[in-house]
Amino acid sequence: MKREELWHLDPPLLTGVLTLCALSLVILYSAGGENWSLLLRQGMRMVLAVMVMVALAQVTPETLSRWAPWVFGIGLALLLLVLLVGIVGKGAQRWLNLGLFRFQPAEIMKLGVPMMVAWALTRNPLPPRLRDLSLAAVVVAVPSALVVLQPDLGTALLIASSGVLVIFLAGIRWRWLGLLALGAAAAAPLMWFYVLRDYQRSRIITLFDPWSDPLGAGYHTIQSIIAVGSGGVNGKGWLNGSQSQLEFIPERGTDFIFAVYAEEFGLIGASIILGLYLFVVGRGLYISFYAQDTFSRLVAGSLSLTFFFYLFVNMGMVSGILPVVGVPLPLISYGGTSMVTLLAGFGILMSIQTHRKLMPQ
Amino acid sequence: MLKLKDYIRETSLIQSRLIAASVVMVVLSLSLLLRLYYLQVTQHQHYATLSQDNRIRLVPIPPVRGQIYDRHGTILAENLPVYTLEVTPDRVSDMDGLLDRVGRLVELTDADLERFADMLRTRPSFETQTLKAGLSDDEVARFAVNQHLFDGVDLRARLQRYYPLGEDMVHVLGYVGRISEADLDTIDRSAYRGTDYIGKLGIEARYEERLLGKVGYEKVETNAHGRIVRTLERTSPRAGRHVYLNIDSGLQRAARDYLGEFEGSVVAMEPATGAVLAFVSNPVYDPNPFVNGIDTKSYRALRESDSRPLLNRALNGRYAPGSTIKPVFGLAALEHQRHPGHGTFCPGFFRLKGSTHRYRCWKRQGHGTVALRDAIVQSCDVYFYQLSHSLGIDNVSEFMLRFGFGKPTGVDLDGEPGGLVPSRQWKRRVRRQPWYPGETVITGIGQGYTLATPIQMATITATLANRGLRMRPRLVAVLEDPQSRERDVLEPEVLEQVLLRSDGFYDLVISAMRDVVHSRRGTARASGRGAEYEFAGKTGTAQVIGIAQGARYDEEKIAKKFRDHSLFIAFAPVENPKIAVVVIAENGGGGSRTAAPIARKVMDYYLVGPPPPPPPEDNNDEA
Repeated sequence: MKREELWHLDPPLLTGVLTLCALSLVILYSAGGENWSLLLRQGMRMVLAVMVMVALAQVTPETLSRWAPWVFGIGLALLLLVLLVGIVGKGAQRWLNLGLFRFQPAEIMKLGVPMMVAWALTRNPLPPRLRDLSLAAVVVAVPSALVVLQPDLGTALLIASSGVLVIFLAGIRWRWLGLLALGAAAAAPLMWFYVLRDYQRSRIITLFDPWSDPLGAGYHTIQSIIAVGSGGVNGKGWLNGSQSQLEFIPERGTDFIFAVYAEEFGLIGASIILGLYLFVVGRGLYISFYAQDTFSRLVAGSLSLTFFFYLFVNMGMVSGILPVVGVPLPLISYGGTSMVTLLAGFGILMSIQTHRKLMPQ
Repeated sequence: MLKLKDYIRETSLIQSRLIAASVVMVVLSLSLLLRLYYLQVTQHQHYATLSQDNRIRLVPIPPVRGQIYDRHGTILAENLPVYTLEVTPDRVSDMDGLLDRVGRLVELTDADLERFADMLRTRPSFETQTLKAGLSDDEVARFAVNQHLFDGVDLRARLQRYYPLGEDMVHVLGYVGRISEADLDTIDRSAYRGTDYIGKLGIEARYEERLLGKVGYEKVETNAHGRIVRTLERTSPRAGRHVYLNIDSGLQRAARDYLGEFEGSVVAMEPATGAVLAFVSNPVYDPNPFVNGIDTKSYRALRESDSRPLLNRALNGRYAPGSTIKPVFGLAALEHQRHPGHGTFCPGFFRLKGSTHRYRCWKRQGHGTVALRDAIVQSCDVYFYQLSHSLGIDNVSEFMLRFGFGKPTGVDLDGEPGGLVPSRQWKRRVRRQPWYPGETVITGIGQGYTLATPIQMATITATLANRGLRMRPRLVAVLEDPQSRERDVLEPEVLEQVLLRSDGFYDLVISAMRDVVHSRRGTARASGRGAEYEFAGKTGTAQVIGIAQGARYDEEKIAKKFRDHSLFIAFAPVENPKIAVVVIAENGGGGSRTAAPIARKVMDYYLVGPPPPPPPEDNNDEA
């Protein structure tokens, strides 16, 4: 038995993911003001996340498919609980304190929703019928709405997109897809007036002209763009980015860490990191392409594409082509729960890859 | 095999969707890369500049203002470190809460809070404002340990102007104050970066440019919160020049003491150089509250006070010179070929031909026949009425102007008025009236329209002492660069030599002035008694109100503010004069009674030495 089969790990994916994690520590050292304890905490989270990944890699896709309703159900219950605690605590609530560590139930849904949608759609042959689609729509909409209520628009967006991507991959007719797009376009004004809050609206407005409010809503975008642009081709050098070291970039360790990176490592560094990401996503899509059952294929495809969506939204925000949404840069940004969720997702991908019965020729 | 068929169909369906998604993904990645290329290559220069502007800031380093000393090196204006609490409103989210919390550590008076509230209303919120100046050591310590709790509040040590002699020097030094909106329109703003104060009055204003120094700069790197991270480059400021005055602060203080409760002025000069030794205007006020802005109430009290302490009488006070003008008229007589032995009969009054109006002599019974010398010694008014009348107003004005009346002396203070020498032209222009002969008559005894300032009278007295050499009066003697110690000594400046037909004229008039104090019949003989040196003087009494014909001037019955002003001019020693003095005691009555003794004491102080201090009180420990 080969080693990777013993551990059910996929060497290309593992290499890509671990390289990004290592890079994360390098950037965090600079972005976090050379704070070793911060680095240590992130390192420990990575170790924990890798353990979760390895553990999930051992679970067969069939088992995962059977777990799907449970994961989704538990996630939904926790989301309701968090909302209730939030109402009691009279404030925004995203976290559950489990004594030992704090935990964001919305993260579970990043896995729970695509798994549940895939589970729902694979009960009947594809392409999906309207009845299955309606169920899938409910599965996507309910948790997303609950997360919007927290309010955490960024995470809700990721959850919704992971579900929608499964529906897309499952072969929803282009006609219906067009209808869905039309519906989204029609819903946009409603969203604008009823769902989005003032600060979110101003973020979208300032996307088009950040200089209209350089010290207010436009500040994040402006300082971030200045950081990226001033980095040039070669960058200012590690630890030498004035925009980041002098704290002009807000949230430089989390949502805007890519600005720090692009300032210090330039276009070359940014291309390298983008290349690494595309390698990881590509490997994920490859796994999906050659997966051996429909559920696995859908879940693997959705997880990979969501991962891309994730990084595209973040980099787009940092470089000023998308509005400011609270989406961290996957695997690189400082923070615990999202790291665990992401690596758990890669664990699932590895499981799908390594539990195949037929090897592609 | 339906299942397998389904499976194959599903697989190809999903795979085609995966390919579609991959295409979209590649397009998105390329657009992202394109965007990065645009920012990092195409627009790189632009953003590099913005990033540079973000972090690099020029911070001005204000220069230290020059100090002011008197002629003996006594410090008159210095810069003391004081601690101030400064608030940047932009950095404060809850101002009321902040003030409340600050108030628990540092005593904030209502006046502090009111002034601060005014600033908040009127100044932009990114500008740092002083909340409280002059914190005590305790307050500094208490605030310093809690500094981290007060974002937006800074404790700063600043240098603040302080005048250790306070009110004694205010009419000489003036004061500095905060730069006002009006100041901003007239100054070169770049020279005042980082400087909060500007000379408002007196020497501080006149020598502002020299005292100010040159601003320095520090190129610093700041973070997003504006805190300085490190200094990249530094251009040191150049401290302002020290100013050494000619003023003798001991004499200045003594002269004010001698003047006592009288409103008025004492100006003393060194005749040979024009150095101003004392420059007293009474009453006075403390300049120190003006430095950080005096509160409205106190300022109004000063401004509306009947004694007008804000008026610098020595510079701006305009007085009728009275009989102190007689020595100058004596010279005019000699210059216009009147024989010194020519006598005029004084019956106690003078009357113009064809008029019944009597111009009275101060001595009702008259002086009999007096020649020039006695006319000065005894201050016979009739002699000078007649003299002035016979010279005519044109000659009189011309001679007075030659001697320095009617124009600023050029003393180194701003806003000096010229005084007034009346003439036909002046009266026609200003009053639109012809000149009347009677007006010429009273001009002869320094009454009527003639007005002179104390500094002007002092300069004229010094010119008499110098036998016609008119020097520019100067308060400042030396400017010194505190760094290089380079001294810029201001040389005495001759304004004019008043040349008369004969130098002997001066001898005669000066000798008459000597007899005013040293002869039996001199009007100020009491003041000359027991002097350790010879001096020359002339009394003067300036009427404040006119006395009706035939009425008597009865001091007891007249309200104080209508009493005559008491004047005295003097210089000493007669040979080789070292000091010329003018004393004006408002409502002090006759010149011999009030002003002359003061002048004598001033000269004694300067020539003989300060009076012995009062005997110290017995100390039991030492007994």
